[in-house]
Amino acid sequence: MKENLYKYILGIADNSLILGQRMGELCGHGPSLETDIACTNISLDLFGQVRSYFQYAAKIAGDKRTEDDIAMLRKEREYKNVLLVEQPNTNFAYTIGRQFLFDVYHLAFLTELQKSNDFTLSAIAKKCIKEVSYHVRFSTDWVKRLGDGTSESNEKMQEAINDLWTYTDELFHQTEADKAMVSESIGVDVIKLKEAYYKRVNDLLEEATLEIPESKWFQKGGKEGVHTEHLGYLLSDLQYMQRAYPNMEW
Amino acid sequence: MSTKNWPLWEIFVRSKNGIEHRHFGSLHAADEEMALENARDVYTRRNEGVSIWVVESKHITASNPENNGELFEPAQDKVYRHPTFYNLPDEVKHM
Repeated sequence: MKENLYKYILGIADNSLILGQRMGELCGHGPSLETDIACTNISLDLFGQVRSYFQYAAKIAGDKRTEDDIAMLRKEREYKNVLLVEQPNTNFAYTIGRQFLFDVYHLAFLTELQKSNDFTLSAIAKKCIKEVSYHVRFSTDWVKRLGDGTSESNEKMQEAINDLWTYTDELFHQTEADKAMVSESIGVDVIKLKEAYYKRVNDLLEEATLEIPESKWFQKGGKEGVHTEHLGYLLSDLQYMQRAYPNMEW
Repeated sequence: MSTKNWPLWEIFVRSKNGIEHRHFGSLHAADEEMALENARDVYTRRNEGVSIWVVESKHITASNPENNGELFEPAQDKVYRHPTFYNLPDEVKHM
């Protein structure tokens, strides 16, 4: 089994899986019918992407595990998503802030992944990029609306950005598997995306009349499986059916 | 938090090229940009459309159902106004 490639795929897939679950939590709980559907659509887009990644991962694993086993039946430490995507829907500003800070990265990442030497990863990236372009449009639009809206919406959006900012740097960390994949021109060298990311995010925050957080201290650990306390609760929701009724199918 | 509703918008979707935009329904949005995005999410997520129009509902002037008699009934007994005396070729669709 190609150990590094397997780990690399999981790293990408887990970001979409966990963020998809977070957005899915808004199903029936969105601030308005229209935004509820929009958030759920994003969730479904992400779950769709996740299937392609986990199917590929299952193929590489080459054992009896299916895409569902890999997605649903790992333990907390075995999930390699960045800390940003597991942060809760504290309020709509946090939902939008988290989505925005991830989307800008996600689009840049997929743009590069299209050039991967790995044919499957490149094909998945090409398929996902249109969806993610829309996600960027949606979340950016809302950051501007809330930032440049009323004093109350501005305050809430600013608070969300300030709180989530500490999780942004991790997007540009590399695990050993990431480094190995970059050296084989399969993986994306995320370090090279960092400058353009902060430039883009800062420009958009400015446009939204929000302040760019000054904090220089950043959280990390998700990519190594060390998560914030929120992931355990999320997983107990996500995994409930398969844990309670093993091998259950629709 | 404000509980005031956003304005109502009427949504028209063109299902495929060559067919006119049809009224799909209505939704709430703060402005035209948001109305377009909401319409995309609410009405075209199952691949229903290739183009969307949004019109704020207040800009639509509607006929009064009370006037239906004078407006529409006189047309009912004038069959010669209907193009029913022609044979339409099968190739002509959407007439």
